[in-house]
Amino acid sequence: MNMLQANELSINFGGIKAVDGITFDINKGEIFTIIGPNGAGKTTIFNLISRIYDSSGGNLVFNGVDITRFAPHKIAGLGIARTFQNVELFEHATLLQNLLVAQHAHHTTRMWEEVLFLPRVRESEREIRRNVEEIIDILDLQRYRDSIVHNLPYGVRKNIELARALCSKPKLILLDEPSSGLNVEETEDLSFWIRDIRDDLGVTVIIIEHDLSLVNDVSDRVMAVNYGRLLALGSPEQVQNHPDVIKAYLGG
Amino acid sequence: MRFIFKTHYDQDIDLFPHAGAVFWYSLLAIAAVCAPFFLDPFYLGELSFLFIWSLAGLSLMVLTGYTGLISIGHAAFIGVGAYVHAFLTRNGMPFVPSIICGGIVSALAGIIIAIPAIRMRGLYLAIATLAFSAIAEELFVRWETLTGGSRGVAVPMPVLFGNELDGEVGFYYLCLAVLVICILGVLNLLRSPTGRAWIAIRDSEIAAQSMGVYLAGYKTLAFATSAFLAGVAGGLLAHKVGYLTPDIFTPILSIQLLMLVMVGGLGSIRGAIFGAIFLVLLPTLIAILRDYLPNAIGQQPALEPGIFGLVLVLVVLLEPQGLNGAWMKVKFFFSQFPMYKNATFKRQKTYMRTERLQ
Repeated sequence: MNMLQANELSINFGGIKAVDGITFDINKGEIFTIIGPNGAGKTTIFNLISRIYDSSGGNLVFNGVDITRFAPHKIAGLGIARTFQNVELFEHATLLQNLLVAQHAHHTTRMWEEVLFLPRVRESEREIRRNVEEIIDILDLQRYRDSIVHNLPYGVRKNIELARALCSKPKLILLDEPSSGLNVEETEDLSFWIRDIRDDLGVTVIIIEHDLSLVNDVSDRVMAVNYGRLLALGSPEQVQNHPDVIKAYLGG
Repeated sequence: MRFIFKTHYDQDIDLFPHAGAVFWYSLLAIAAVCAPFFLDPFYLGELSFLFIWSLAGLSLMVLTGYTGLISIGHAAFIGVGAYVHAFLTRNGMPFVPSIICGGIVSALAGIIIAIPAIRMRGLYLAIATLAFSAIAEELFVRWETLTGGSRGVAVPMPVLFGNELDGEVGFYYLCLAVLVICILGVLNLLRSPTGRAWIAIRDSEIAAQSMGVYLAGYKTLAFATSAFLAGVAGGLLAHKVGYLTPDIFTPILSIQLLMLVMVGGLGSIRGAIFGAIFLVLLPTLIAILRDYLPNAIGQQPALEPGIFGLVLVLVVLLEPQGLNGAWMKVKFFFSQFPMYKNATFKRQKTYMRTERLQ
């Protein structure tokens, strides 16, 4: 079953076609990787899916809903979460607060109820906390719960971003270079977690990744892009042996 | 050393993290309630001033400290609240509905300024709010039926439940009650989704948006909440000064408020109170200081703003977390006592800069 369909998706920045008519489908329960040289338009595809950019052509359909012109803050409520290439955490808040924010799309309390902190608000806060604790458990973040994110090491912050994306109860999660800046051990942990996210939480995953061993390790399908165009789409081996992909990476 | 064992989620939801905090805050509350029995009216009056400043500081803290939106126009919100409250009181409305109306009108002004202002950030937002403040000041001079123009307008005594509140003691309790209610309201918001959304906007708009925070909505809400609190502070200020003239609500007042939150420590309610204490004490200190300085410096008329500016520079350089940060460090030192390490609060430079789409 198709979870996300992109048809002839494109965006221009002035004369530059950052994404140029890309068409792909993401199946439910799949780990889908996007690879490509720097500046190929990978992150731009993510920004189009999370509606940070308005596409200049084509459309995006998520679970049967056309999200091409959806308001960006409503994307989280539909069940699409993402991480950022350059960690975008709420730096001066604790880990716990960071994760609690992620439940924002699902909160039901009204402002006047919150001012008075009615029992209903307390109950909803407990519920939010329970959901967050599940994710903390999965990603082993217990000991950082009350730390200010700003002071934590980079590897941990990367994990917190992943945790925060998971806390928004996504159906589809977009990971933008999750392994950049991680050491070998952390990258191995990551590949376990990515599979766990899919197998245990039932979340479909799209990853942008440069680490090819991680790509081979976890992906069901790989899409290679360059200059905003699709080069190849298929199993990891197919894509890596595709002549156009080899040309894009090695030149010639 | 104190170890807190967390056994229930409510411990993180409750206002007081542990019994020690309950004890100290109760002591503070008792001291505040008993103060009129010990202090003479002059100091009581100064304390009322402190509460009003704290409330004004709280309002700017919501906007600047928690939502990350700067405003040099808060004097205008205070002014709107003060004039509306004074107008309604003169026309016989009792204190409680009148001050709430003042707050609401001020919140509406906040929404009106927010609509263009939320598209801006940093310096541009500062200039826009400053412009708004200038417009409001002009309005206070021209709209004579409401404000009495530059001649000003007298503010009657507050009428609470049919009784006229004259004398320092009654007004002291009134200010204390309003401040406590407002602080509790803000604290409640901060531990709920709304407050967390504000903090998220402050630290990363782009991430907040992808978590489902409606940026324009929550920024407008922050402006409205902040303006409401400023309006309430203005209502109390109107009674305190007794006679309103437009020259009370100049940009200098806004800048003093901004200094209050900076010196107190951005992003903490305690900081707003500390900042207010500082701002109330400083002029007194400067007055005392004048006598001990050589005439050439001591008799300078610009001594006060000069020292204000110097303090601001020193705070930014030495203690960006403000008085609240200093307080936290002292507290930490004692709570960790024999184990304290010198390097605990060493500031480290972070060279990572995120790519922001703004």
